[in-house]
Amino acid sequence: MASPESTRNERAGRRAARPPWRRALGPRLRAAGLALPLVAFVSVTFLGPMLSLLTKSFHDPEVADALPETMAALRDWDGQGMPPDEAFAAVAREFVAARTERNLGRTANRVNRVASGMRSVIMGSSREMVDARAAAEAAGAATDGAFWRETMIAIDSRWGGPEPWRALEAAGQRFTARHYLKALDFERGPDGGYVRAPEVWRIYVPLFWRTFLVSLGVTLLCLVIGYPVAHMIANSPPKRANVLLLLVLLPFWTSLLVRTTSWIVLLQNQGIVNDFLVAIGLIGDDGRIAMIYNMTGTFVAMTHVLLPFLVLPLYSVMRAIPPAYMNAAVSLGATPFQALRRVYWPQTLPGVGAGCLLTFILAIGYYITPALVGGQSGQLISNMIAYHVQTSLNWGLAAALAALLLGGVTLLYVVYDRLVGIDRIGLG
Amino acid sequence: MVGGALSPGYRVARWGYLAFCVAAFVFLIAPILVLVPLSFNAEPYFTFTEGMLRLDPEAYSLRWYRGIFDGDEWTRPLANSLIIGISATVVATVLGAAAALGLAHPAMPGRKIVTALLISPMITPVIIAGVGMFFFYSNLGLAQTHLGIILAHAVFGAPFVVITVSATLAGFDWTVMRAAANLGANPLVAFHRVQLPLILPGVISGSLFAFAASFDELVIVLFMGGLEQRTLPRQMWSGIREEISPTILAVATFLIVFALLALSTVEWLRRRGASGERRAG
Repeated sequence: MASPESTRNERAGRRAARPPWRRALGPRLRAAGLALPLVAFVSVTFLGPMLSLLTKSFHDPEVADALPETMAALRDWDGQGMPPDEAFAAVAREFVAARTERNLGRTANRVNRVASGMRSVIMGSSREMVDARAAAEAAGAATDGAFWRETMIAIDSRWGGPEPWRALEAAGQRFTARHYLKALDFERGPDGGYVRAPEVWRIYVPLFWRTFLVSLGVTLLCLVIGYPVAHMIANSPPKRANVLLLLVLLPFWTSLLVRTTSWIVLLQNQGIVNDFLVAIGLIGDDGRIAMIYNMTGTFVAMTHVLLPFLVLPLYSVMRAIPPAYMNAAVSLGATPFQALRRVYWPQTLPGVGAGCLLTFILAIGYYITPALVGGQSGQLISNMIAYHVQTSLNWGLAAALAALLLGGVTLLYVVYDRLVGIDRIGLG
Repeated sequence: MVGGALSPGYRVARWGYLAFCVAAFVFLIAPILVLVPLSFNAEPYFTFTEGMLRLDPEAYSLRWYRGIFDGDEWTRPLANSLIIGISATVVATVLGAAAALGLAHPAMPGRKIVTALLISPMITPVIIAGVGMFFFYSNLGLAQTHLGIILAHAVFGAPFVVITVSATLAGFDWTVMRAAANLGANPLVAFHRVQLPLILPGVISGSLFAFAASFDELVIVLFMGGLEQRTLPRQMWSGIREEISPTILAVATFLIVFALLALSTVEWLRRRGASGERRAG
């Protein structure tokens, strides 16, 4: 048995004898090996979902899978006039089959999203088509394309024109930009092309715009409130600075739900602020101010939630600014205001930029707070995304809206990376 | 013109600044503190009753705290939150600490891009990640399971551990590890004796951040959780939206106490780390 001493020497000797590329690779592999488990974990549990989000936003195979023969029969149709008889035969076969299996409703809903009104056309026609086929079979008549064309046009004359067929064809596209077009407020015109929706019907672009403005407003408000606060903490003696810092960190650590609850308790109609205003006689009991369940609620609660995210980066920048600069500026004859504007403010700009950008990015993705305190007027784009995921079940549209938001956020991070460096995001 | 600093205009500005800062601190902290006395309200109101303002002991009661433990309306969500939070924290801490050690090593290839990848879950708006996870985990049959939510929370929590552990390793002298190896320590022993004590505060802070993030997370639970996965935030969400009962204020007070404890621990660790640096410097 070799002594540990000699094995160690042997090991060292073997290491030295390795070719230089292996000696250089060893530590690299070890370092990469440590990071690898998390890289793999993030790739599966996070990048996987992000990919499936992006895929869902332009890949929608449901109608194509439900009506394969119809889609095949419509492939050579030029979109004008009536489609060939095979299309009538195929659609009849597939509608009747799906109707008997009771899953035509899903398909009809999908087509209805492309052209509204199609749900009732499909569901209404198909009910009578089942009866028509049973009658034809009983009479021993042929149920070929010509028969179905006649029958379907008799059931609903719209089948004689191109519109329902165009809608079927459009809904049957496996790869499609229609969710993005819808997310940008384009709608299908009568000829099948996409045009911008009339202004009163535009939903998403104004909502994106509102989200942008609210986030900008909240960020500026946070900056106005946060700048003096960060300055005071940075220029207090250490003991007091620690206490003041705790006052910023406690909200930061307190559950979002708790903070939102407290704003409801404070601002609601029978809430503490209104009660106080009535008690001191500033407003009458019938003149209580609506401060929550509207845009004001969203604004106040979001500012409160996001303020620490601005104060903390600002504070860490301000702490590093020696007070000697301000003193020097004042002794050289600057008024305190001039010194503040020309000497102090420029030095805090990195913190201002980092804090504002972080706050803004967090604000445009906010969902819980506006959902709870925003009422009708205080809803943001994320509330619409959640609505399409949970209530309308229009997942393609939800994915497209989320992907657009993701694009915007990514753009902001590129800016953040240039300004601050993405790997330097701190935790206060 | 140094005397200008004492001019009346300056004094007004100075008082304005102080008043503004005090108001801002009140804005930050008062909404949280106001919940605490209200949670002892004897009446089912969300405002201070006259009795409370007179400090009449009759106006205060513990009924809403007893309400938490009546039935499983709140105890089950609490248990779910703890199970999910602790599991997610363990996964996040182990993977995150290992990754931070790798990233801090001077030989780490592609550090910048790997770091960006690893912290991306933390900086992506949860609503976006939530939609993607809802699609992805539903396909895998993980929607409405504890496992799905644990995985999601772990991936959101891991970046916190990566960041806090990396911070403790900033400026770490890697030749110390070579010296330990030369003195006969195998890599595990060297890690245990040299690096672990150094990164431990970062590991604890990071795991607290990760746990707090999971404990407070709602969007993923709303999208992916079923009745069996009701967590504390989920229960508060329904409480706020449906019939707001003062029991919520008692739960909120609990959560404020939790925040205070977590915050004090992290701050204590941070200061200990900072004073350690000073000693070393």
